[in-house]
Amino acid sequence: MSQSPALAAERHPTAPARRGNANKRRQNRAAYLFILPFFLVFLTMLVIPLMYAGYLSLFESKLIGGEQFAWFANYIRAIQDSAFIGSLLRMGLFFIVQVPIMLGLALLFALALDSGRARGAKGVRLLVFMPYAVPAVVATLMWGYLYGPDFGPLAQVARAVGWGTPDFLSAGNILGSMMNIVTWEFVGYNMIIMYAALRAIPSDLYEAAEIDGAGQFRIAWSIKIPAIRPAIILTVIFSIIGTFQLFAEPSLLNAIAPDAITRSFTPNYYAYNLAFQNRELNYAASIAFLLGIVIAVLSYAFQLATERRERRALTETETPS
Amino acid sequence: MKKARKTALALVTGAATVGLVLTGCAPSGGGDGGTTSDAITDEQREEALNTPTDLTFWTWVPDIENEVALFEEQYPAINVTVENVGQGLEHYQKLRSALEAGEGAPDVAQVEYQYIPSFVLTESLLDLTPYGADGIADDYVGWAWNQVSPNEEVWAVPQDVGPMGNLYREDILSEAGIAEAPETWDDYAAAAKAVKDETGSYISNLGATQAGQMIGFMWQAGVQPFTYDGAETVGIDVNNDTAKEVANYWTELIQQDLISVDTDFSDQWYQGLANGKYAGWLTAAWGPIFLQGTAESTSGLWRAAPLPQWSAGEQVSGNWGGSSDAVLATSENPIAAYELAKFINHDEESAMKLATEQFLYPPQLSVLENPDFIDQESEFYGGQQVNKLFADISETVDTDFQWVPFMEYVYSTYEETIGSVVAEKGDIAAALDEWQDQLVSYAEGQGFTVE
Repeated sequence: MSQSPALAAERHPTAPARRGNANKRRQNRAAYLFILPFFLVFLTMLVIPLMYAGYLSLFESKLIGGEQFAWFANYIRAIQDSAFIGSLLRMGLFFIVQVPIMLGLALLFALALDSGRARGAKGVRLLVFMPYAVPAVVATLMWGYLYGPDFGPLAQVARAVGWGTPDFLSAGNILGSMMNIVTWEFVGYNMIIMYAALRAIPSDLYEAAEIDGAGQFRIAWSIKIPAIRPAIILTVIFSIIGTFQLFAEPSLLNAIAPDAITRSFTPNYYAYNLAFQNRELNYAASIAFLLGIVIAVLSYAFQLATERRERRALTETETPS
Repeated sequence: MKKARKTALALVTGAATVGLVLTGCAPSGGGDGGTTSDAITDEQREEALNTPTDLTFWTWVPDIENEVALFEEQYPAINVTVENVGQGLEHYQKLRSALEAGEGAPDVAQVEYQYIPSFVLTESLLDLTPYGADGIADDYVGWAWNQVSPNEEVWAVPQDVGPMGNLYREDILSEAGIAEAPETWDDYAAAAKAVKDETGSYISNLGATQAGQMIGFMWQAGVQPFTYDGAETVGIDVNNDTAKEVANYWTELIQQDLISVDTDFSDQWYQGLANGKYAGWLTAAWGPIFLQGTAESTSGLWRAAPLPQWSAGEQVSGNWGGSSDAVLATSENPIAAYELAKFINHDEESAMKLATEQFLYPPQLSVLENPDFIDQESEFYGGQQVNKLFADISETVDTDFQWVPFMEYVYSTYEETIGSVVAEKGDIAAALDEWQDQLVSYAEGQGFTVE
């Protein structure tokens, strides 16, 4: 558009045929004004830094010899970098193990709360959600204390019952310990998303099902869960993004278990260490970019897969009738 | 003692934490390298000190305003703003960002010894020789001076040091039948066994990922793991035979479960010091005051001694930690900035204040020879003259120890290669090879010539 809507409207103030148009334009202008603050911040704080990082990632810099344009050399190095690939695989494992547990628990809580049979549902809802309100940093520090082998309450209890001292912070166990922290943090958040979706299901469906003789479990399985499919898919996509971007947990656990948390424990933590310890800012930028691409591809692939499945399910139910 | 603890903590974390340092990208050759060849004349100095000037000073030493006040009193024309932008790694991150951005860097900044080369590499520090820094060289213990001036140039003024000694629980050791601090490392190993058998305590703890402590032990053994010529050549030799001897010594004790390998400066470790899990701590001269704050309840039970020696009758030690104050090459008032860095760490009153109020262990001979400092008796150590002991140790530190200009990477790979092996009670000497390989390939990748 070469002219602003405002100017166009002023130039033809009296043309009645255009009045509707002008009105609409005025509305548009208001809409643009409303979203302008967001776009300003979005542009300056996200798009421009992103472009700058992309630009940086095409250079190679050395402590001796300085910076030079290197095309995609950093990216080629990254896909051969066992530390980077290792961190992606570790997060893949994390995703496969932790996310089903977390979302399963979230769904369970959401269904239980929605059934209206649990007593003190409001209180429980708040309790389950509360960990999400605790910043990840605080949560990790807190769990770090709980995991402590000498003075952590978990270890003390385990010793008291004669199980010996569990080492939650050893190299072999730290991933599981981290899964536990993340689960604790995000069950409530995912539960709220599912719970809100459950509340939006019209209750006459339940009535109809009850008349047909369906019990609560049958209702949950055949009505509720299919009805909140989109919400569940949303939580999975959030989880993909969240998992691959884990940062606060490893960087804080590193302080208490430096031997178990390697520099490349998670992709984000690796990028951070490359930038600030190895002083390889350009390489770190390319790692960050690649990570973004991996997340985008995985999220898209997941969405595509579920859509295709939905379509197939739809055609299957249609054909018999 | 709260203040003491804070100060010591400031030092320790600086020295001990694995340096995480922000940098921009490559050296962009900021500043003009600061190699002015002409010496500054007295008139120029006079003029600079009498011209109203604003200086900025970045440091994390608590209450350093007191020393700065002395400076301002003496030179009323100069106004100093002290800023604490974070401690250790955070401080360097911001410093490098400011240097990279070309604005906002201070005139004077605290820099730990091991990080000086990394700022020399980027030509960020001012060579202080033309400003008269050569003239004060003899006022510091020799090895500390070599830390700020490995070659011709002088890059900073030493502020505090950490010559290493042995702090131990006299009561636990005598319970195990050991009357005096072990003199040699062999004695120490025997004592470790006796202590473990008789009392159940570990004679000390080796922080699994504590590179500073291990490098200090290597320093004592005469290993020269790092060299740097100030330009493009580095030497990396962390896995030579002597280094491996040190490594094997610790591997053996750890594998016999005579030395614990808890992460140091963690809650668990603090508790261990206070409750007798560890009967000692092989630490630096900032350790005694730090310990007083950490293990208050055990006051009077501790003693200090030199590090055990590799051969009987010898007296050598290493260093762990310590800082200097450097003038940035970007400073617009280099003369006044140098005078500030010098005054804080050279003026007798100021240096004495640093040693007795902030409890920084002094490299200044004026303080090390001052009876008010060395004759101090410490109740926590059963009335021992701990300052005097460390003053004697300080004279036995090897003088030629150097660093490479990428110590952040050195420390972080130490965690990865050695730290995990120590924690799993593995073979430390083998891990040294791995460490060496990673360091060499990084250095070569960064364009250094590796010797």
